[in-house]
Amino acid sequence: MKVGYYPGCSLEGSASDFGLSIAKAAELMGVDLVEISDWSCCGASAAHSLDHLLSIALPARNLALALAQGLDQVVAPCAACSNRLITAQVEIKADPDLGARVEDIVGMSLDGDVRVLNMLDFVDVYGVDTLKEKVTRPLEGFKGACYYGCLLVRPPKVVQFDDPEDPKSMERVLTALGATPVDWHFKVECCGAGLTMAQPKIVARLVRDILRNAEENGADGIVVSCPLCHQNLDMRQLAVNAEYGETHRLPIYYLSELMALALGASPKDAGIDRHFIEATERVASLGQSGKK
Amino acid sequence: MERIGVFICHCGENIGRTVDCAKVAETAGKFRNVVHAVDYKYMCSDPGQAMVRDAIKEKGLTGVVVAACSPRMHEPTFRRAAADAGLNPFLCEMANVREHCSWVHEDVDAATAKATDLIRVMVEKVKQNEPLYPIRVPVTKRALVIGGGIAGIQAALDIADGGHEVVLVEKSPSIGGHMAQLSETFPTLDCSQCILTPRMVEVAQHPNITLHVYSEVEEVNGFIGNFEVKIRHKASSVNNALCTGCGACTQVCPAKKVPSEFDVGLGDRTAIYVPFPQAVPNKPVIDRDHCVRFKAAARKGLPVTEVTTCGKCQEACPIEPVKAIDFSMEDEIITEEVGAIVVATGYELYEKEAVGEYGYGKYPDIIDGLQFERLASASGPTGGVIRRPSDGEIPETVVFVQCVGSRDRAKGLTYCSKICCMYTAKHAMLYKHKVHDGNAWVFYMDIRSGGKGYDEFVRRAVEEDEVKYVRGRVSRIYPEGKKLVVLGADTLSGEKIRIDADLVVLATAISASKGVETLAQKLGVSYDQYNFLSEAHPKLRPVETASAGVFLAGACQAARDIPDAVAQASGAASKVQVLLSSEELEREPVVARVDENTCVGCFCCESVCAYGAVERKEIRDRSGNLVKTLAYVNPGVCQGCGTCVATCRSNSIDLAGYTDKQVFNEIRAL
Repeated sequence: MKVGYYPGCSLEGSASDFGLSIAKAAELMGVDLVEISDWSCCGASAAHSLDHLLSIALPARNLALALAQGLDQVVAPCAACSNRLITAQVEIKADPDLGARVEDIVGMSLDGDVRVLNMLDFVDVYGVDTLKEKVTRPLEGFKGACYYGCLLVRPPKVVQFDDPEDPKSMERVLTALGATPVDWHFKVECCGAGLTMAQPKIVARLVRDILRNAEENGADGIVVSCPLCHQNLDMRQLAVNAEYGETHRLPIYYLSELMALALGASPKDAGIDRHFIEATERVASLGQSGKK
Repeated sequence: MERIGVFICHCGENIGRTVDCAKVAETAGKFRNVVHAVDYKYMCSDPGQAMVRDAIKEKGLTGVVVAACSPRMHEPTFRRAAADAGLNPFLCEMANVREHCSWVHEDVDAATAKATDLIRVMVEKVKQNEPLYPIRVPVTKRALVIGGGIAGIQAALDIADGGHEVVLVEKSPSIGGHMAQLSETFPTLDCSQCILTPRMVEVAQHPNITLHVYSEVEEVNGFIGNFEVKIRHKASSVNNALCTGCGACTQVCPAKKVPSEFDVGLGDRTAIYVPFPQAVPNKPVIDRDHCVRFKAAARKGLPVTEVTTCGKCQEACPIEPVKAIDFSMEDEIITEEVGAIVVATGYELYEKEAVGEYGYGKYPDIIDGLQFERLASASGPTGGVIRRPSDGEIPETVVFVQCVGSRDRAKGLTYCSKICCMYTAKHAMLYKHKVHDGNAWVFYMDIRSGGKGYDEFVRRAVEEDEVKYVRGRVSRIYPEGKKLVVLGADTLSGEKIRIDADLVVLATAISASKGVETLAQKLGVSYDQYNFLSEAHPKLRPVETASAGVFLAGACQAARDIPDAVAQASGAASKVQVLLSSEELEREPVVARVDENTCVGCFCCESVCAYGAVERKEIRDRSGNLVKTLAYVNPGVCQGCGTCVATCRSNSIDLAGYTDKQVFNEIRAL
């Protein structure tokens, strides 16, 4: 299987562990990720609060590149990236005039269809059952709290992904990996990523609520598929502990890290050793007995 | 030679202001075959009608055109006047110069010219009119009522009291419907069962009512006054003729953990069961999906008669020598002939599972309104003590959430469910009456309490019973320890609000019964996008449907409370009685007619007819050999919509009163 790949800025920088694990998982899945040549920033988090046209033109440039390079499906693992790419598609489709202006700005044609996939869409296209067959180290005994945050499921009319109030697609993947998803209640609550620099106290409160609910429901770790969620939940735990006098040390995993792990990669190869909160120990010995 | 009279009405100033009626009369008087043309201030008044009658007699008119308002308004008036003067009423036509002309134009010259044209068209049409005579169809003086809830019960009793036979069909093992499940009713807080059960008994004992419970309508044929209905009586495995309703069987049944439909899953029943103690008829049925013997038979792949597993109910049955319990019973199809049908199939609650953020179905202490009714009911699983389902504790804080699904475009339901404001106020009140120091919170969008004594009732909940009303929506409900955390917004103070509740009651939307669209298709009744059945006219014909002889009562049409459902049921019953009070029915003769000489029997007309009016007619020679099969339009069923006329490939169908010849003549006149 061959599929287009739009890493976005985070995966090259602050979320290099995410990028690493995706590359490893794709390799073990037998998927050829074709990186869009000459890709650029999607404009997430900054452009849409400054200039609407810019916020459409930036992702549109990458869509146009994908089209020019003959990619009909593109995985954009970062939830903010996939969200911006899809938003640009939806807005251009609804407003042909905007499409013409954007084409003019990026100097490329936007004529054609390219499907933007988040990580869960990607696994769905690949086949959850196929993935399950390839698992060599089932993550038996691992209890994960699947956390979707905002951008994977919202706004529902734009992203049209799963049930926005009670999504279940990540749970299906986790189950296929041999792990046990826990039933918890904060899977689509906001982690406060948008305020992470400006209002750290609010972020600490939101992160604490999420951590506590996951812990109360017996999770060994939170599973995410968004670099912003990961950064916030992972990096802000010590701030939460300082603010509230608590001792949270809940590992935060990318779904792709657990995929790579279950498919046979070592925790180091999957990037799990790069977190702020130690995360290797809980998963190092999983599935060592081997499934096959 | 045709002799046409034209009568132009001023309608006070309505027409006269924009149309020069005198000039129109003058011009129309010069049309070919028009021998009489006059204008008058109010043509529909007594003197106006007299002008029509006198002219018909004096001038020997063969056709009349009245240029006035819409035919929907006064066509019957002028046709009656024509008939009084001895002219066939279908030789009188109306030219609509009010709605189609004076009301929508300002320029007098143009409007006058247009009015003249409209009259010219009608004059040309009426020249081709032929006398038509009302169609008479015999009436079977019996009625079918589908659904045994309060609406169906009321309709059946009213019709039966009027002296007509009624067949009442109910799909569950007892009549009573949702009303039987309710604890107390707003706005008077009288006990629901106490007012309902006497009516149920009345149904059972009424000499004019035949009751078929555990039955469903399988097939409907025929037309107004002459329906033939096939009813499937589902195999109950209990012979009601023998059973005395002693209850010995239900006490020995070992399958005791079947969720009770009547208690909405909050209590259990046995596999052989009577849905509730006051059931009518008070005869049990065997639920074959849960019966030990039927399950054993299914497992072994044998017919149930060859299995001897369990059988405790049959052993316990005291009826001798033949036991009332008959495992070999099969579904039975009963055919009933009726003249009118009342549909009263009621409602269901919206699937709460579709509201993921509220966690219904995941957490036992989040319940719906009907479940709360059962908790509050003296006959319910807790004996009327409000206990939460998870641990049986009495809740200290209860949150009621209104508009769950209703008025929520994201959930695909745009309508207001109408009864939730009232029953939520009632629930909160009942809770406070039973748990005096408890806290009752209600989240609402608006309070809609427009009924007699309704707003006073809600005020009582707020002021006397101290129910706390919060205007805003709930965003999420999740458990934390033994509590349910309810997060929401108070939009009046602009604050986020968190309530730690012990029990949450969701006022879920009223939605159409599952499968009602299949029944509607059998009856030829239309329904809206939510599968609520459609009335013939939202204001003036609220209990009739587009299908003649089929009437609506209760929540199958839209969300209804008990008073509305009962009123509508009585309305439907009175319509049925009007229908059944005559020996024959008279129908407008505007129906499709097939030319048997040219019909090729392709039956395209049959496939497009929305009313099932097209039948197949066999033409045989003298020795009885089939020569050909042709289409025949049953005039008793035909609604005169003209779809078959447009569809017919050999141009063999014409609509009486609107023939091709008439329509082409109209067009040519322009």
